[in-house]
Amino acid sequence: MSVKILEEENRTVAVLSGEIDHHSAKGIRNEIDYAVREKQPQELVLDFSDVGFMDSSGIGLVMGRYKLMQELNGKVIVRNPPAHIKKVMRLSGIDRLAAISSGEEGVCKK
Amino acid sequence: MKIENEMKISFISKSENEGFARTAVSAFAALCDPCVEDIADIRTAVSEAVTNCIVHAYRGTQGIVEITARILTGNELYIRIKDKGCGIADVKQAMEPLYTSAPFEERAGLGFAVMESFMDRLTVRSEVGRGTVVTMRKKIGGKDE
Repeated sequence: MSVKILEEENRTVAVLSGEIDHHSAKGIRNEIDYAVREKQPQELVLDFSDVGFMDSSGIGLVMGRYKLMQELNGKVIVRNPPAHIKKVMRLSGIDRLAAISSGEEGVCKK
Repeated sequence: MKIENEMKISFISKSENEGFARTAVSAFAALCDPCVEDIADIRTAVSEAVTNCIVHAYRGTQGIVEITARILTGNELYIRIKDKGCGIADVKQAMEPLYTSAPFEERAGLGFAVMESFMDRLTVRSEVGRGTVVTMRKKIGGKDE
């Protein structure tokens, strides 16, 4: 599991890859929170394009980041979750807290 | 219901074994020719059950998690996940979606809801101080026909 943090204007993008479970979630959480507290962005994008597996620990991860971004009056965008991850997200109702986007519209490529 | 095939694994309740457990069970399940979605469902359900053993049953201690998986006649997968941990006092409450006994650890409280929705059948038997047995069943390949 790895997290790559990309800083864009007013936006922090966390590109996740590998498998998200209870074991890996803590490390991911620490890395994202460190970057967010440092930069205080208006938007946090969690990019799931390269995530091969996620269980409900990933839901806890998204919910926790949603709360963190709320403290900063910002929002969370979940980008490109694969089909089976979308299924877990739909079950949790997390799509009501964080916008789920597919594609990379509006993203400044560096 | 006749048992066509069976496997057993047991391992220490370390979080790094979550990935091992779901991979081992899905490799066994692959023998009954599941589709990609079935495999994803099985991996997720097993991951939830094993995480419960590690996070809740053996909280602050270490114990053994035992998994038995069977392929039954009619291409039905049976999975039993057993621990000898603290047990659950109120199973009904534990199974309620969004209920969690560990909210400060960012647990979503969705483990049983995921197992219930991704598998065909789920049973939870638990006794405080003795442990918990989760059994799940899923018919494989039915949807493609």
